[in-house]
Amino acid sequence: MTHLGYLIAGWAFGIGVPALYAVLVLRRGRKLSEVVPSDRQRWISSTEDQARIKDE
Amino acid sequence: MKFKTIESRDGQPNATSSRSTRFLGLCLALGVPILVLFAFVFSPKDDTMDDAVRLLYVHVPVAIFSYIAFGVTAMGSIFYLWKQSRWWDTTAHASAEIGVIFCGLTLVTGSIWGRPTWNTWWEWGDVRLVTTLVMFLMFIGYLALRQVPATPHVRAKRAAIVGIVGTINIPIVNRSVEWWENSTLHQQSSLTDGNLEDLTLFTWFLGTLIFALAYVWLMIHRFRVGWLSSEHDALGYGAAIEERKAEAGIDTEAQAQASEDGGPQ
Repeated sequence: MTHLGYLIAGWAFGIGVPALYAVLVLRRGRKLSEVVPSDRQRWISSTEDQARIKDE
Repeated sequence: MKFKTIESRDGQPNATSSRSTRFLGLCLALGVPILVLFAFVFSPKDDTMDDAVRLLYVHVPVAIFSYIAFGVTAMGSIFYLWKQSRWWDTTAHASAEIGVIFCGLTLVTGSIWGRPTWNTWWEWGDVRLVTTLVMFLMFIGYLALRQVPATPHVRAKRAAIVGIVGTINIPIVNRSVEWWENSTLHQQSSLTDGNLEDLTLFTWFLGTLIFALAYVWLMIHRFRVGWLSSEHDALGYGAAIEERKAEAGIDTEAQAQASEDGGPQ
């Protein structure tokens, strides 16, 4: 295979950067969800999950 | 009515994930190795680009989704100015951040592809490259503007204007290879010329599908982070105002009572 170094570098950026960004977004979401009261987190769950939320 | 947070099996809060995002994540986890397999094993090399064509299965989808992400930012910005809704502002902000990631990747993967194909990493006289760089910098500016201290409405309004102006660049970037065809090394759209082999075309579409899933997955999570962040800021403002009032010796409850009684404020 020709240009193997370029191919590896290009694909490493193409997959690695969005994956790293995804991890950072998830970590930030987890941290914020710990400090924001649960009754103000109504956008964080899907319709299916909302149905599972019970009254305290 | 009070709500409980949804907890995962290990007892940790699920934060920004939900059943739909977990399903999307699973599709991505399965789809990326399949895409790599098609890109490196099943798809043929190109007659002129040789194996460098395999970089385009990443480069083209990230370029497409940077346009889409900035388009969503413009739409969110227009709707924010119209409806003044935090939902649209959060959508615009989330999409701009993802768009900057994808646009940066477009520049990097394009540069890596350009080195073996054009024998150069970067060409300042190339209109496609320079207009893409301008678009990238404009949305970096959009994100920087959002960090400037201001009330949430003023910040959202300023950002919305920049978001709309920045998107004007999309058709210029996209059409630049046709409008200034003598000022670019960049090829015109290969998808429309009908010369692609079936497996090349299939791998291209598979790459686009995978990056579409990635965009949607990132968008949902980033939107929820944005929402939580604005809730957190709102709580911070509320607490800071109460703190200032307490420092100034203003008793808000006594003030409210006096107001009800018709007494002096």
